Amino acid sequence: MIVADKKPIEEIIETIKDHQSILVLGCNECVTVCEAGGKKEVGILASALRMHFLQQGREVNIAERTLERQCDHEYLEEIRDIIDDYDAVVSIACGVGVQFMAEKYQSKPIYPGVNTLFMGVTEARGVWTERCQGCGQCILASTGGICPVSRCAKRIFNGPCGGSASGKCEVDKELECGWQLIIDRLKALGRMDDYENISPLKDWSTDRAGGPRKVVREDVEL
Amino acid sequence: MRLSYPTSIKIIRVPCTGKVDILHIMRSFEKGADGVYVVGCREGDCHYNSGNFRARKRVEQAQQLLDTIGIGGHRVRMCNLSSSDGPLFVKYAQEMHEKILEAGPNPIKLAKKKAKAA
Repeated sequence: MIVADKKPIEEIIETIKDHQSILVLGCNECVTVCEAGGKKEVGILASALRMHFLQQGREVNIAERTLERQCDHEYLEEIRDIIDDYDAVVSIACGVGVQFMAEKYQSKPIYPGVNTLFMGVTEARGVWTERCQGCGQCILASTGGICPVSRCAKRIFNGPCGGSASGKCEVDKELECGWQLIIDRLKALGRMDDYENISPLKDWSTDRAGGPRKVVREDVEL
Repeated sequence: MRLSYPTSIKIIRVPCTGKVDILHIMRSFEKGADGVYVVGCREGDCHYNSGNFRARKRVEQAQQLLDTIGIGGHRVRMCNLSSSDGPLFVKYAQEMHEKILEAGPNPIKLAKKKAKAA
């Protein structure tokens, strides 16, 4: 899932302070799971904003709504009838949702309410860690299911580097060395021969280096 | 025991304090409560293992949020006692009552009145 973290409320207040009617819009997908932008967070943020503005002597209309997703036309269409009731929208979906909202509703100011961080997993309650950087050319088959692009600070393909010590990365002593994880996993799988294979140069054009990416699937296009 | 506690306190029953969310606390203040205190089982005695610990964390988060928006985190408190601790229940109720008298009314209540009058 896409992992995001809440923006400080002071920052949100600063961006919306000049508006009189605001819609706080959540998303039922990834940001709900990482407890940053779901229905509950919409309620808390809206309540805090209402009280803040009342304290300032302003009765600002803060409405709440949570869509199934903000990255699909059909769900964003659900607010077409009500969007004009508001001066601005605070979207607490990931950056994708905020941008799609902005594209769809051109004349409406859209402000982000979360900081979008990475594609990751829920390691434990309240702990999310990165697993994928969407490089566009998956090599997990040869690395025992552990990704050197997202788990190695240097993104190297023939590791570990000299900065790996006792299974930890030199970047942060708490951070596990991605290549140590790969080696341990290949050992457990009895596939250490794979480790001996030198990875060729990676074609980074499918990563961000090639600019914004696009997938067109003619088989599913309408 | 027939102990009495301040009449200003309204009790909202929940199955476990683990059910109490920040949102419940925020809504209470929005609706005009002057203070909120969450009374859970003693730490280590939760029937659901961690309900009262979760409640404590949520109370702390609510305190931070209320401080940020100017309502004052001191208006929220977490207390722990066992179901047979009648005198302690009264003590907490009195402490909270006095604390809120000292803090004064919820500023949101006053702001709403002002907004209505305007």
